Amino acid sequence: MRLPPTGDELLDRTSTGTFLFEGEPVQFLDGDTVGSALFAGGRRVFSRSFKYHRPRGLLCCSGQCPNCLMEVDGVPSVRVCSQPARAGMQVRSQNVIGSLEHDLMGIVDKIGGPFTPVGFYYRTMIWPRRAWPLYERFLRNVAGLGRIDPHAHRTRRFDTEHRRAEVLVIGGGPAGLAAAQAATGAGRQVVLVDEGLARPAPGSDELPFQLLAPARALGIYEGGLVPVDTGGVLIRFRAERIVVATGTIEQPLVFPGNDLVGIMLPAGVRRLVRDWSLKPGERAVVLSADDRGLEAVDDLERAGVEIARVVDLREQTPRQIEARGRRGRLKAVTVDGETVDCDLLVMSGGRQPAYSLLAQAGARIEYDDRRGIFAPTGLPPNVEAAGSVNGGGSASLPSPAYAGSGKCFVCICEDVTEKDVKRAIAEGFDSIELAKRYTTVTMGPCQGRLCHLPSVRLYARETATPEAEIGTTTARPPWAPVSLGLLAGRGHEPARRTAIHHRHEELGATMMWTGAWRRVHSYGDPADETRAVHKGVGIIDVSTLGKLLVTGPDAAAFLERLYPNRFSDLRPGRVRYSVLGTDAGRIMDDGTLARLADEQFYVTTTSTGADAVTEWFEWWNAVWGMGVEVANVTGALAAINVAGPRARDLLARLTELDVSREGFRYLDAKRAHVAGVPCLLLRIGFVGELGYELHCPSPYAEYLWDTLLERGADLDVTPFGLEAQRVLRLEKQHILVGQDTDSESNVLGARMPWLVKLEKDDFVGKWALEHMGAREPGEQLVGFEMTDGTVPAEGGQVLVDGLPAGRVTSARWSDELGKAIGLAWVPPGLAREGNLIAIGVNGSFEYAAVRLRPFFDPEGERLRA
Amino acid sequence: MSFLLPCPTCGPRDVNEYVYAGEVTVRPRHDPSLRELSAYVHFRRNVAGVQREWWFHRFGCEQWFQAERDTRTNAVLRSELVHPTRESLAAPEAPAVPDTPAV
Repeated sequence: MRLPPTGDELLDRTSTGTFLFEGEPVQFLDGDTVGSALFAGGRRVFSRSFKYHRPRGLLCCSGQCPNCLMEVDGVPSVRVCSQPARAGMQVRSQNVIGSLEHDLMGIVDKIGGPFTPVGFYYRTMIWPRRAWPLYERFLRNVAGLGRIDPHAHRTRRFDTEHRRAEVLVIGGGPAGLAAAQAATGAGRQVVLVDEGLARPAPGSDELPFQLLAPARALGIYEGGLVPVDTGGVLIRFRAERIVVATGTIEQPLVFPGNDLVGIMLPAGVRRLVRDWSLKPGERAVVLSADDRGLEAVDDLERAGVEIARVVDLREQTPRQIEARGRRGRLKAVTVDGETVDCDLLVMSGGRQPAYSLLAQAGARIEYDDRRGIFAPTGLPPNVEAAGSVNGGGSASLPSPAYAGSGKCFVCICEDVTEKDVKRAIAEGFDSIELAKRYTTVTMGPCQGRLCHLPSVRLYARETATPEAEIGTTTARPPWAPVSLGLLAGRGHEPARRTAIHHRHEELGATMMWTGAWRRVHSYGDPADETRAVHKGVGIIDVSTLGKLLVTGPDAAAFLERLYPNRFSDLRPGRVRYSVLGTDAGRIMDDGTLARLADEQFYVTTTSTGADAVTEWFEWWNAVWGMGVEVANVTGALAAINVAGPRARDLLARLTELDVSREGFRYLDAKRAHVAGVPCLLLRIGFVGELGYELHCPSPYAEYLWDTLLERGADLDVTPFGLEAQRVLRLEKQHILVGQDTDSESNVLGARMPWLVKLEKDDFVGKWALEHMGAREPGEQLVGFEMTDGTVPAEGGQVLVDGLPAGRVTSARWSDELGKAIGLAWVPPGLAREGNLIAIGVNGSFEYAAVRLRPFFDPEGERLRA
Repeated sequence: MSFLLPCPTCGPRDVNEYVYAGEVTVRPRHDPSLRELSAYVHFRRNVAGVQREWWFHRFGCEQWFQAERDTRTNAVLRSELVHPTRESLAAPEAPAVPDTPAV
């Protein structure tokens, strides 16, 4: 039922539509919200309360209170009073078992009171411990509002935008609009953010400033950062000046029965009557501590509501106010013993400035005794407050709570009663911050908008402490409710793919993550792949290796200062392995360094270390100011390792380069064309067989890969993945930085003392290694082979006398050796060839023999073949 | 943290574009004692006030630079590229916590 049309209603009565509520069609007019359409259709109960499941109806109609939370199109906890209605919407109630009218959980309100006092969840459902899974299942079912599907996938796209504003005005009421106009007049670039509840000003499309509505500022952060929720896009504004014009929030009165359906704030009445031409009730009582409530009388009269009684709390100070109802609906109000039948009660307990954003920006919040509100003072520079947010609230103090019988709610979000607050004080929660956490007052959906001031005032009365001393709880972002999806932003999972990635997919490879890279785990059978590398020839895509070019007259000196070994004596065309360390002597990364020319080195890093190593090099260069340039060419170049006893046969078919044993020695670096592709060839042997790393420009890599497979078909050239490589390198006891080392590992413990040239004048980590070398050796990284063939878990323990004394970092079964092998950190005393160590396996232990030399080809004959 | 940090080459940018690498320390010149080495490797002054620190503009010009920042307010007083020849930048502060017992 609508009132006759008026000029200022938001409705277009010629345009109607239908959405579904609990599967039933509901008619709406253009301009309706979901809430107003449901109200027009006769619905009065909009939700069930958090704890007692009491019926709740429209209260503020301005998106502040928790009373109209419903699930809209699968999104839980939408405030339907402010959610514009659209045809076809699916609207459902939440937090009920049954229906809004008959909620089975309503029993909690009838008989649950004695069992659910404040803080009951800290005291009950603890014993017996064994029953906890049962309790938990029950609690998870009944706790919280709304449901989300934990297994759901993304259904919406959210984005983040970055913008600047000279002046950002938050709030589009009269004060905000005036501030925006004034700033625009002064020639500033202005953006106005408004929740969209205010009516569009006439001619708003000609506004001289940018208007963002509906949009909500979520907080004010350091550096003038204001994230604004505009629906699907989070705009991160950087504002030079911020004007906060968030106005005030109407406060409820605290009396028994103050949550009954039919009790409203003046704004709720105003919006129902003026915006949607709805009659909010038949017979009304008005209780008001300021002019707002009295203004509502005009709206009620206009809507034809009978005014039964008006109580101005500034003139009359009742000792008792009590509302009674049936089935949760208001039936009568008693003031000082005098009962009036009514179905509508308009209450106004004054207006509290919405200061939260100012507090986040750094303003002090102080209690104003005269006006009975908290108001902001001491604004930080570049932040201003405009309009009633400065403290335009009530000029009288209604009682913090009125007497009567029945539940008297201080916080309707969390169903906290006056009795709960008193009990918390009696239990010793005398600080407002502690009491907040214990009672959960202000922690519900309204975030203190309706309950902060009443709860502080009640505390003040009960503890006989002035409000100013009690103070406020900390105002934290977000100020407005926001979807987690919006904060998460777009679903980014950045993946780096090598230039040969698609070939791997065509071969049916199983891919895995290494840092941001997608790499091949295997192409099917890792055992076949290792065998191929040992017996014939395999190829592996190693494009993920970090690749740096270090160029300049000081290049050799620079690298000598960064790495523990020498590079000044490395001849052009030769390669040297090294481990990068910190001044604490710890291992950071490893790789090979090839001297391309007198003043140029080609440095490889681990697959995940390229960026960190580049930054490390650049930083030291900023400190030392040496004559070198560092260029990270990781993405520009691809790399393929061709390894196995027949690698030479394959390579010889594709290049004119002399690849003979004498012409291309182990640890040589040469430039040549392979299959017509310009390559840098490094003869190194991470996997323990004769091998050549071919580094070429990325665009040619797929062609090079294809050609290797084609021309090597009769050699049974086999692509192999990371799993095979892990076995192969383990057979050689080649370490993987990050797998076999951690942030505490050093090269001495990793048994690579031959890398360290302490006679050098200086290098990063030299002093730490000197001190380490002078001390008793620490734990050592050793190889081991299991005596019974069990493969222990990586991360498993090395046991001495049944106690953990070391750990396994790598372990695999090697077909080639017919043994289970691995690497482990052990106490120095155990690091002797052949020593038996105990390794934890499945709750027990098995023995393993320590091996200090590579398991496979210990003399490196195959590498140098 | 959401303050703006002025990059010497790119101008003021969101602090999330940078890598913070801690306060500027002085590397001992030659053969430090274990105590000196420990102080250099492990200890920081951690002042509540203005400190000189290293930043790297990872999502920008990829330059290392030094900034003077008030750690209490995150106000950045100045930032500049480093020229190692300028002694004033190389040794800004006394060594950190020299009195701490050696490990």
